[in-house]
Amino acid sequence: MTETTGAADSLAASPPKIPKRKNTVTIAGILTAGPGLLWLTIFLAVPCLSLVAMALATRGQYGDVVWTFSTENLKRLAGFGLFGWSSDLIFILLRSLVIALVTTILCVSISYPLTFHMATRSKSVRVFWLILIVVPFWTNVVVRTYGWLLVLSPQMPPAKLLAFLGFLPPETALYPGTLAVYLGMVTTFLPFMALPLYASVERLDWSILEAARDLYANGYLIFKKIILPQTMPGLTVGLIVTFVPAMAMFVVTDILGGAKYMLIGNLIQQQFSQARDWPFGAALSLALMLLTLVSLTFRKLKSPDQKGPKE
Amino acid sequence: MKPQTARALISYLSLILLYLPSLAVAVFSVNKARFGLNWKGFTLEWYQRLWNNEYILEATLNSLIIAAVTTVIATVIGTALALGLENAPWPKSCHKLFDVIINIPVVVPDIIMAVALVLAFSFLRQFSGAFELGLGTLILGHVTFQISFVTLIVRSRLATLNRETKEAAIDLFASRFYHFRRVTLPLITPGILAGAMLAFTLSLDDFIISFFIHGPESVTLPIYIFASLKRGLTPETNAISTVMLIATVIMAFIAERLTRRT
Repeated sequence: MTETTGAADSLAASPPKIPKRKNTVTIAGILTAGPGLLWLTIFLAVPCLSLVAMALATRGQYGDVVWTFSTENLKRLAGFGLFGWSSDLIFILLRSLVIALVTTILCVSISYPLTFHMATRSKSVRVFWLILIVVPFWTNVVVRTYGWLLVLSPQMPPAKLLAFLGFLPPETALYPGTLAVYLGMVTTFLPFMALPLYASVERLDWSILEAARDLYANGYLIFKKIILPQTMPGLTVGLIVTFVPAMAMFVVTDILGGAKYMLIGNLIQQQFSQARDWPFGAALSLALMLLTLVSLTFRKLKSPDQKGPKE
Repeated sequence: MKPQTARALISYLSLILLYLPSLAVAVFSVNKARFGLNWKGFTLEWYQRLWNNEYILEATLNSLIIAAVTTVIATVIGTALALGLENAPWPKSCHKLFDVIINIPVVVPDIIMAVALVLAFSFLRQFSGAFELGLGTLILGHVTFQISFVTLIVRSRLATLNRETKEAAIDLFASRFYHFRRVTLPLITPGILAGAMLAFTLSLDDFIISFFIHGPESVTLPIYIFASLKRGLTPETNAISTVMLIATVIMAFIAERLTRRT
């Protein structure tokens, strides 16, 4: 609200003008901000809220939506299908969580050494590294993922080497499978983790680190007591922007995973294409949204706590 | 091994992993072999053939039309939104609500936005045929996520402007519009351009949302590439993918430059 007082102060010389100015500001404000807000409300906010209503509707015979209230989809979310309870859906949800979690952990464990290496370079080299990490972030996810299909195909060195060493039958591709999925996931999300973390690592107070080494603190202690608290802001941002989209991923698992790697994202996509079961798709989206909100609150809970011990 | 060496090793290895897939696509786009992945020599034949592949040409044209149209719409609406939020004395509670709405595309996973758009279009289709899935819905959908990014960039630029110039202008009886045109606008132009470039790149690059809201007649480039994976890869797909990779990287670089000048 500094804005209003600022404008009022400067207009103190001509008091009668103040109310008039104020009014024009509001009308201009509505005229400029209105279209954008209206657009986002119609196409985004309201539809997001209507997911709840849709999740409580049922699928008609021809894949249409029948607006009769039913908790059927919520039951299906809990695993109660046409043929009684099955663990399939629970497994898919758990798998999404596990894959997102493992991807995030892998990205964190690569990002720390990576960002430390980057931060200890000279300034021009640092900018170069930064560009190298940013570029993959911009390139298309479909193209980068199918690039792995080429790299992991039977004719290429990685598969040939493994076949030569006897780990793999000859003329077999390294996809679909766990290795392919994690390669795809980690390379997709590494920039998401490394960039925010780098912002924190760059500002690290290196003198404390040296002091700790002089006092013979071991690596674990240094990380826990010095590096972790100081890089917490970047790390939390990185964790969220990696974990949330990783959970919703369907491109990488679709291309590199095969049927065994069905995630909640793949399932949602199926409800809106092949299966044409929108209400169930909406219920699944709602579940995903809930998981997103939980991860976001984790950040909110984390931030006050992180100020606590410092001050 | 010293920790520095280990760190360097991990860093170089991760760079290799980051670039290997795109590199493979680029390498196979100039490989003579029509089938299979054995190196048969260098050729630019696949790039020439792009001109004769009507599906690829149509998808490219669709992608470019959508990116151009949506960038113009989203930049105008997004900039206006940023100005409206910064310059008008909205009550605090309104600001909070607006912030939530603007941040939805940034926080919520793409797939949920895609589902939300599908629901919105299916509801609106009852009133107008304009919401049949096709180029129109793709444009509406892309603008929806672009607005937020443009607004956020222009707003951060607006926040750096100092109040003094504005107060000086008002003291000198400059009209609000004159002040906006001669002072604010030139100062935030880099931000607007950066927002526009980002919007263009995001639109060109988008797969997940487009995949949900495209019609059979309105295939964009990423959708074409995804579909061609299911049919079996051709060298032409590698060629057009390489063109796309290079185009997005150039766009991203220009956008970066514009934001860094702040």
